[in-house]
Amino acid sequence: MKEFGGKVLFLDRSDINTDEIIPAKYLTENTKMALQPFILEDLKLGGFDPARDVAGKGVVVSRANFGCGSSREHAVWVFEVNEINTVIAESFARIFRQNMHNCGMLAIELPAADLDRLFGLGGEVEIAVDLAAGRIKAKGEREAEFSFTLNEFDRQLVEAGGWLAYADKKY
Amino acid sequence: MGQTIVEKIFAAHRRDTPTPENIILDLDVVMCHEITTPIAITDLESRGMDRVFDPDKIKAVIDHVTPAKDSKTATQGKILRDWARRHKIRDFFDIGANGVCHALFPEKGFIRPGYTVIMGDSHTCTHGAFGAFAAGVGTTDLEVGILKGVCSFRLPKSMRINLTGNLSAGVVAKDVILHIIKELTVNGATDRVIEFVGPVVAAMSMEARMTLCNMAIEAGATCGICLPDRVTAEYLWPFIKDEYESLEVATTHFKKWHSDPDAIYEKELSFDVSGLVPQVTYGYKPDEVKDITDMEGTPVDQVYIGSCTNGRIEDLRAAAGILKNRRISPQVRGILSPATPKVYSQALEEGIIKIFLEAGFCVTNPTCGACLGMSNGVLAEGEICASTTNRNFNGRMGKGGIVHLMSPLAAAAAAVAGHITDPRKYQ
Ligand code: SF4
Repeated sequence: MKEFGGKVLFLDRSDINTDEIIPAKYLTENTKMALQPFILEDLKLGGFDPARDVAGKGVVVSRANFGCGSSREHAVWVFEVNEINTVIAESFARIFRQNMHNCGMLAIELPAADLDRLFGLGGEVEIAVDLAAGRIKAKGEREAEFSFTLNEFDRQLVEAGGWLAYADKKY
Repeated sequence: MGQTIVEKIFAAHRRDTPTPENIILDLDVVMCHEITTPIAITDLESRGMDRVFDPDKIKAVIDHVTPAKDSKTATQGKILRDWARRHKIRDFFDIGANGVCHALFPEKGFIRPGYTVIMGDSHTCTHGAFGAFAAGVGTTDLEVGILKGVCSFRLPKSMRINLTGNLSAGVVAKDVILHIIKELTVNGATDRVIEFVGPVVAAMSMEARMTLCNMAIEAGATCGICLPDRVTAEYLWPFIKDEYESLEVATTHFKKWHSDPDAIYEKELSFDVSGLVPQVTYGYKPDEVKDITDMEGTPVDQVYIGSCTNGRIEDLRAAAGILKNRRISPQVRGILSPATPKVYSQALEEGIIKIFLEAGFCVTNPTCGACLGMSNGVLAEGEICASTTNRNFNGRMGKGGIVHLMSPLAAAAAAVAGHITDPRKYQ
């Protein structure tokens, strides 16, 4: 199975919406790869520069209600083609969370206090996710471990490589 | 134990229960538009799965960018069009017959009480106005919907919002829903279904109920839903008259979907709308809402009346009531997009289009266009738009543009004044 984890891109804001992740004007692209340069282009977050901050990251860590707004799966694909495989947040909008698992990617919810600790690790943080054990190991200037639970069906989807593969076999 | 309307719909459509928390539903309608469907089609093709589960249950429209504005949008339209022809999808709406999906499909009678509906579009929740479970989904869910006619959901928790009192003149469904979103916040209803009940909802037209349910997603809800009643039956009558002896019989039949008196809600809220004044958003989130009187004087560059929230005939009538015998401010560009061809021709017959034109509005064809900043009225950096749409996100109607959401009455008043103002002054 796919490995989940990588260097962390911290987006310290709640309610980051899918228009910010990938603006509507790029929804005319007919391949996922074409979306790649436009990741987080309209994100309203002081000090953030997508051109500088995204490269080399595998995990996004954010706050509450991540991925709200439009249903566009492009918001998940633009992460996928930028090699981001996991988003960790206090909570997700339903459609975004479902799109992540449908694509075989991970959307992990952690309590606000755990996120505070994660945001406070200092330095460049790297994360390794152990899906089977429900554990996250994070290492920056300091180290920390977190446990998480995933909805059982979402876990099955991620393990199957997504909803299309799962549904094609079963229904 | 009693069931809510959504629990009844789920029980009637259950295909599978992979875990106690999740359910796979059989779908009655899968709706498609040209922004999120073409990539599903090409993906299915590339996997050798270019099939549809039932062409009669699939409804498709080109609405977001129409007429095509460039080669890329023309290609998206072509992929959807070719696919609809290939699979003999009869209910496909192309230019000349097309309109904003969530206004067009209800008008065609495609949505019925008790139905399950998905679309690759977050405002699919609009159709809950008919007592259906209707949810926006991403492209993968859409692909599986097209291929297998099923979709997975977590078992929903329901929140009941009881609307009481009387709306004052100049205050409409849009003001009610903006106020509710302000109270709930943008994720106050995530993974929840909002059931709208009470005398205010019972007195609303289907158009107003659609406005209400349309913005349920802005509070994070999976679906907004109204209990189907005589108003629902009257709206649907042309499509169901062969199935029922009379309106009474249809109305009684629809009651089988009503939530039981002892159904369990996670939360019950009650709002008295009597004191409500016109509302408006001020920031970049739909829960950043104020009384319009607190925003008086904010200048606007563009006024947009249209969309799946407020582009229906009632909305146009309301705006025309203010625009009649008035000219819009020379500071303002006014754009009207009637949501469907039927709305357009009704507005023509009623003299509403003339009122808009004489006031100085540009009238476009039915399309989403400006609502999501793709065509027909994109904002420039720093420009401000008074809009009857549903999202004020940063960049939504054009990079660097600012959107204030409001009712059609308030938008018309802003057009005349050249700034945000209380529409009740113009009544
Ligand atoms: S009118 Fe706007 S919100 Fe409604 S479907 Fe079209 S783009 Fe989406």
